[in-house]
Amino acid sequence: MNAITTITSTTVPLNAENVDTDQIIPARFLKATSREGFGKNLFRDWRYENDDESTPRNDFVLNDPAFHGRILVGAKNFGCGSSREHAAWAIKDYGFDVVVSSFFADIFKNNALNNFLLPVTVSETFLSEIFKAIKSDPSTTCTVDLAAQSITLNKKNGPALSEKFEINHYKKTCLLNGYDDIDYLLSMKEEIAAFENKRITSNI
Amino acid sequence: MPKTLFEKIWDPHVIKTIPDGPSILYIDKHFIHEVTSPQAFKGLEQRGLNVFRPDQVVATADHNVPTLNQHLPIKEELSRIQVDTLQRNCSKFGIELYGLGHPFQGIVPVIGPELGITQPGMTIVCGDSHTSTHGAFGTIAFGIGTSEVEMALATQCLMQHRPKLMRINVQGKLNKGVLSKDIILYIISRISASGATGFAVEYAGTAIRALSMEARMTICNMSIEMGARCGMIAPDEITFNYIKGRPFAPRGEDWTKALATWKTLFTDEAAKFDRELYIDASDIEPMITYGTNPGMGIGISGNIPGMHEIEEKEKSSFEKSLRYMGLEAGAGIKGKKVDYVFIGSCTNSRIEDLRMVAAFVKGKQKAADVQVWIVPGSKQVEQQARAEGIDKIFADAGFLLRQPGCSACLGMNEDKIPAGKYCISTSNRNFEGRQGPNARTFLASPLTAAAAAITGSVSDVREMM
Repeated sequence: MNAITTITSTTVPLNAENVDTDQIIPARFLKATSREGFGKNLFRDWRYENDDESTPRNDFVLNDPAFHGRILVGAKNFGCGSSREHAAWAIKDYGFDVVVSSFFADIFKNNALNNFLLPVTVSETFLSEIFKAIKSDPSTTCTVDLAAQSITLNKKNGPALSEKFEINHYKKTCLLNGYDDIDYLLSMKEEIAAFENKRITSNI
Repeated sequence: MPKTLFEKIWDPHVIKTIPDGPSILYIDKHFIHEVTSPQAFKGLEQRGLNVFRPDQVVATADHNVPTLNQHLPIKEELSRIQVDTLQRNCSKFGIELYGLGHPFQGIVPVIGPELGITQPGMTIVCGDSHTSTHGAFGTIAFGIGTSEVEMALATQCLMQHRPKLMRINVQGKLNKGVLSKDIILYIISRISASGATGFAVEYAGTAIRALSMEARMTICNMSIEMGARCGMIAPDEITFNYIKGRPFAPRGEDWTKALATWKTLFTDEAAKFDRELYIDASDIEPMITYGTNPGMGIGISGNIPGMHEIEEKEKSSFEKSLRYMGLEAGAGIKGKKVDYVFIGSCTNSRIEDLRMVAAFVKGKQKAADVQVWIVPGSKQVEQQARAEGIDKIFADAGFLLRQPGCSACLGMNEDKIPAGKYCISTSNRNFEGRQGPNARTFLASPLTAAAAAITGSVSDVREMM
């Protein structure tokens, strides 16, 4: 996987709470046996009228030419519901590298991290500042610096706003270097087998 | 040092904890199904890896299987490819598969317990968020993504952060017509669809202890709907009696040994939780959801919140939700016409659910313009229903007993609710489009769903008992 470093981009604002993974990628599109191509159906039922690609819904942000970029800005409880990793695949495949929200659902956050899609948790105040700034000027950019654990809103009319975000040291190292959890676990195989033997003999 | 039920299971499963990082958690049982596993197997193949402990993995086909004519080849090509891929992967990697036509086939969170695979003290995972169901047996059980399915297949371990701990105490006696489904819908309506995110939740209290295993599973099943990492209930005599004699339950000396361990699995008196909630069971009435997340629920006699009761920043999401549902803020929901009734899903498709519905509808007729689908959770549930004559009661009432699968809970197979139609459903999610594009879902208990099947509208089952 490609390592994440610093990303500066315009953003796509999706100001709705409790965006669940059924909206991100509806169940009927989970029938593939590979990880590729899910971006086409990202937010399928919010993007098109009556499931018809020839009738995009003008009121949905992905269909608004004013908004594009590598950073998706969501609202509270983003990614709730089903454990489908297809949701993270779809967002990444569409072209996003970062999702910003004030609160992520648990499983989605893990899935995103496992796909080098960086979930950035910001305060409610910072989030509403981003939404306000993009609304007044869609060309406003944000800079996400993983090494510094900071997100900066590069406001057009006023000083830039910055905030730190949390990420544990282990995961940060993985993302900066392009390591998978599975690589780490595979390196632990002997310890895992030893643990199993100990459990059998101590009859836990 | 006093410990919680969670800690008594978590601690001995941790192989190592990385400083400022996750723990390596050993997984006892890993269930897989056709939808979230193909990419994981592909990953193993690309890395040239084998399944590390195939004996600890169990597979079934549930998410996109048809629920009629299961003896015929699956018509829908992509579904058929997924089911065939599962079969191929299981035979290649030596994994037991309870596929279509197998007497043990069914929805994962239904078959694990009914086969006795799910046992107290275990860690259990599956690429399905409703894996929390197994927590009813005093296990740590949670849903995972496909990358984690690959990790668990390759190493029988996962990298996990220890969640915070919450205990929800439900005390007292349930009112007439109120089921465990109503308890969990009530809890979620109180704490919201994100209220337990980051927590493992233990359900306790006299009202929980009085529930059967199947009713307990319904509660743990929906833990994820408030964001919880997992839900759990300490095992007791009800648990042990349920497990005893099931196909994969320990026997003889093994049973005695296992039982001695299981009996230690409870939260010690002085153990501490990060958060505790107290709920009076007698406050709960039959529940129904009106919106597009499971936290948007009310008592059946209540009204949808008025706009003035909603926080400013939540108003646009709330309005969008009601617009989707075709409902008015501040209005009641009783009497609202329904088009479909779906009794099924890993939340409420077990034999007790079917028995309860059958007892209620015996001698009654469904409303003329309502379609009623009863989808058993497993082949065993279906067989049992037929053996008890429940299928005949349903047929007489105009209900259709179908074959096992996830069905209209998520509409991955043909069982979809048409656009704009209302479905009262015993499943777990009322998200937009969950049961089919633009379908509208009311979540409720099996009894409340059965009442609507008879009257053709959202009804208070207490008035019909």
